[in-house]
Amino acid sequence: MSTVVENILDQTGVLDQSLESQMTLSMGPQHPSTHGVLRLDLKLDGELVVNVIPDIGYLHTGMEKLFEYKKYQQGIVITDRMDYLNPLGNNLAYVMAAEKLLDLEIPERAQVIRVLMCELQRIASHMVWLGTHALDIGAMSVFFYCFRQREKILNLIESASGGRMTPSYFRIGGLMMDLPAGFERRCNQFMADFPEAMNTFETLVTGNTIWMSRTKGVGYISTEDAIDWGLTGPCLRGSGVDLDLRRDNPYTGYETYDFDVPTEPDGDVWARFRVRMRECYESYKIVRQALDRLKPGPIKADAPKVVLPDRDDMRKHMDSLIHHFLIVAEGFNVPPGEVYMPIEASKGELGVYMKSNGGPKPERVHFRGPSFVNLSALPAMSEGEMIADVVAIIGSLDIVLGEIDR
Amino acid sequence: MTEKLQEFVEKLKSLNPAWVTDVIEGHGEVTLMVPGESIVDVCRFMKVEQGFDLLADLCGADRGPEEDPRFEVNYHLFSTKHHNRLRLKVLLSEDDPHVMTVTQIWKTANWHERETYDLLGVIFDGHPDLRRILLPSDFDGHALRKDYPLRGYEPYSLN
Repeated sequence: MSTVVENILDQTGVLDQSLESQMTLSMGPQHPSTHGVLRLDLKLDGELVVNVIPDIGYLHTGMEKLFEYKKYQQGIVITDRMDYLNPLGNNLAYVMAAEKLLDLEIPERAQVIRVLMCELQRIASHMVWLGTHALDIGAMSVFFYCFRQREKILNLIESASGGRMTPSYFRIGGLMMDLPAGFERRCNQFMADFPEAMNTFETLVTGNTIWMSRTKGVGYISTEDAIDWGLTGPCLRGSGVDLDLRRDNPYTGYETYDFDVPTEPDGDVWARFRVRMRECYESYKIVRQALDRLKPGPIKADAPKVVLPDRDDMRKHMDSLIHHFLIVAEGFNVPPGEVYMPIEASKGELGVYMKSNGGPKPERVHFRGPSFVNLSALPAMSEGEMIADVVAIIGSLDIVLGEIDR
Repeated sequence: MTEKLQEFVEKLKSLNPAWVTDVIEGHGEVTLMVPGESIVDVCRFMKVEQGFDLLADLCGADRGPEEDPRFEVNYHLFSTKHHNRLRLKVLLSEDDPHVMTVTQIWKTANWHERETYDLLGVIFDGHPDLRRILLPSDFDGHALRKDYPLRGYEPYSLN
């Protein structure tokens, strides 16, 4: 070796990192399998992972600060940008926190539509998870089949709200507007095709030997550790804990729907994969029931000082016009207090801590993102695994960096 | 307050009356005010004896620079067995924003406490790795404090 090269190696410290000792590898923030802008500091012994230090914050936009400067109804659009694969879930958690502070009664039809849209969104979110997870592991074609199904759901959401990724469909006290004409027919069409699509995924992935060998026994976390690390949602159910907030802390009338809570005892990537796949069938069941329950009725709560009036009323009634002006120009006052509103989002418990000081703007809004907490358990799952398995484990956690960094 | 929660609160109070200074109910939720020095004991008791095994959330809040005590830290406890929720609240003054960490009780508290430290400047004594988590390590100030301007003090450079 020439002296020049030796000098360079000396200065950069590469010589110290011989194969016998550990080396540090920076993975990301632009690595495609990190699902956004996540950076991992991997400490490696050969191909074995000794330690993982996640480095987050690349997407931090100060949303929690922004909430404090926006009126309650303006905050809804910010929530769309957090978990951008499950925006309706974020909308729901946020508006329900405000409704809890305001003690609003939501009409039956609005509740049913909320459940219907949230379950459709859950399927869409799981489709993205399955597609990207399979892509990470090397099964490329699954991605296209998944995104075809997701596209159909996004079209449904777009027809109802006008937005594909950022619907802002739920409003404090009800919905932005009623479902459009023909929505049920189009939704039924999607529902008729979906079981066939699930069959495709099962044949493509579930029985695949390569898939099994890449996922079974990888990224193990025990039941006690899963609870200790605060895992929720499919990750927790993949470790054998029978917990689903839709059943155990019910909201929006979920207690009246008939569905099962799938759990798997193994605690590895395969178990989390199976839980999410089975959840798609359960969401499908709930959507079916919600479609049957759609009856005509009001979609907004009877609270003229909080809920925007219909355009038609504004042309006929003076007081509607005044209320509309006041809500838009000044906002509405929310009684002082604090609430914590947890919902079962597609990735786990999405909790909104909201504190009001009596004014039209919240004093503090905090989002407990399931991705944030689930990612913090990544070191516990990856230690002792191979470096290629870290990619599989990240995929099985189903993280969205928009929610982690907020 | 449901009977079950009432039972938990009574048991906690009977064990050591100094652990709970106040019980606040509102919107179907129960908040226990806990003195900062006994938060670790209370949390351990709630986890080991009462089954609150999952720390759902830990977040701080700034009540404004003119308030004293200025900061609050909320612990949202949840049980995977009996599915009850409870909020513990610790108040901290601006001059001494220190509270003991609960990472030895729930590992999930690690990142929550780092976030609270990062954004509000609450210092968790005994935390194994109290670094900034969302903001860059050379960031000046704590962004979620009420006296921190929305757009920051000056254009922030990444260099």
